[in-house]
Amino acid sequence: MSGWRMLFYKEVLRFWKVGFQTVAAPVITSMLYLLIFGHVLEDHVKVYDRIGYTTFLVPGLVMMSMLQNAFANSSSSLVQSKIMGSLVFQLLTPLSHRAWFVAYVGSSVVRGLVVGLGVLAVSFYFAVPQFAAPLWIVVFAVLGATLLASLGVVAGLWADKFDQMASFQNFIIVPMTFLSGVFYSVGSLPPFWKTVSLFNPFFYMIDGFRHGFFGQSDASPWLSLAIVGSACLCVSLLALRLLRIGYKIRS
Amino acid sequence: MAAVSFQSVTKTYSMPQGPFQALDAVSLDIEEGEFFGLLGPNGAGKTTLISILAGLARATSGRVLVQGADVQSDYQAARRKLGVVPQELVFDPFFSVREALRFQSGYFGVENNGDWIDELLHSLGLADKAQANMRQLSGGMKRRVLVAQALVHKPPIIVLDEPTAGVDVELRQTLWQFIAKLNKQGHTVLLTTHYLEEAEALCNRIAMLKRGHVVALDRTSELLKAASGNVLVFKTDTPLPPALVPLARVTGRVVQMAAQDAQEVERHLAQLREAGVDVQDIEIRRSDLEDVFLNVMAAHAAPGWESQVPSLPAAQRATP
Repeated sequence: MSGWRMLFYKEVLRFWKVGFQTVAAPVITSMLYLLIFGHVLEDHVKVYDRIGYTTFLVPGLVMMSMLQNAFANSSSSLVQSKIMGSLVFQLLTPLSHRAWFVAYVGSSVVRGLVVGLGVLAVSFYFAVPQFAAPLWIVVFAVLGATLLASLGVVAGLWADKFDQMASFQNFIIVPMTFLSGVFYSVGSLPPFWKTVSLFNPFFYMIDGFRHGFFGQSDASPWLSLAIVGSACLCVSLLALRLLRIGYKIRS
Repeated sequence: MAAVSFQSVTKTYSMPQGPFQALDAVSLDIEEGEFFGLLGPNGAGKTTLISILAGLARATSGRVLVQGADVQSDYQAARRKLGVVPQELVFDPFFSVREALRFQSGYFGVENNGDWIDELLHSLGLADKAQANMRQLSGGMKRRVLVAQALVHKPPIIVLDEPTAGVDVELRQTLWQFIAKLNKQGHTVLLTTHYLEEAEALCNRIAMLKRGHVVALDRTSELLKAASGNVLVFKTDTPLPPALVPLARVTGRVVQMAAQDAQEVERHLAQLREAGVDVQDIEIRRSDLEDVFLNVMAAHAAPGWESQVPSLPAAQRATP
């Protein structure tokens, strides 16, 4: 049975056809972050020894764009086709819940990685990051994007309207990504916020990803791997379960 | 083995104002090769029944088999056998007509399906729109694409949920010619429609639903025979005498009155003459499906009718 491949292909084509919005726009946004924060803070903030602030910023921004775009892809595709009614074409097919999961999560991971590579490519203009442990980079990129893509499936199934989706994004995804140490090391935070950050799975995604670039991080990459891996497993299982029962898509 | 078998299908929706029973123990079998009509007023449960068949909704109890495959426990086999044309005019705005058809084919695991897609595009008059984006198509064209999408995996059973609602005459003709051809080739067709003359012309067997119950189920010819008789049709601007009002169906100036035979026609006319009703454009026609439909619906209008004559064949109950 190869039905999932067609759904995967359709989902990739869906974001690629509007690549200006789905790929170019987030790359430009990240470039602005690099330009402005890098310019303003380069001489004032030092997180790790021998690493300039702009260089420090690059992995966090790459990861943040990947996570946000992986989430945006699966969630917006589902909400849109639910509201347009075109989801019915997939509901009528023999595609299993696993096929749906692989197609939606897979295509969203692809979008996350494409955007991440785009941001990384642009960042070379500002600062050339190191690649101390490339395997960690790949592992955290794929795990983080899968986690957010699965969360996007959950949110996309749950939301009935675009504004519910926007709330999910504005009140959960954006705060959690910003409070995860993209722009700073959590070591520099006041104790209260430091403790809060340690309960944020996004912190471990970014920290572990950054470890792959600099070989140093706030937490051990193995701890980050354990936490991100378990979070990814839990959310994936939830997404699979919701797809299996047809949560809000089959009455 | 029946092409489609509904076995005491019940569906209850939980609504804020309390549970709503959309279907109450609906049982009926559709045989291979039939052109089957599912009729009923709005809210009768037609679309709910089709949604359960297609897997878009789940029955609260009972089961549905498609050529023996249970739509829940063996949903993949069941859905492969079904081609469903949804009622709503939905489309995916990202893609062209050909892309939409290729995707749909792929979801069913049918690849390299270009020849059949070309044939569908041609038969439905879509050949010159193949590369057009779905957004650019008119309503009628979008409807044709829905039909093509339903047929792209060559399903033995075709389900059409009000396919001609809001569709112009030309497309209706093309569509019915095409569907009738597929039916002749052996495809089973299940149709819901509000156009009773279409159902009468096309369907060999008909079920009528009302408030979630099957209130009539028979061959179209038997249903028509059961309502055998004539209808006196005339136009008038004068109000009818009170004695005739319950027997008449008035649509604007047009009055229709059922009459078994010539004598009854004469009696009606005599009463009209006595009452001084100005009768114009008199016409006498055979009862049609619309008369049968209205009779059946009226016969089941009273609350509590379910317990009255449950064992009588539906067609007999339909007799006025």
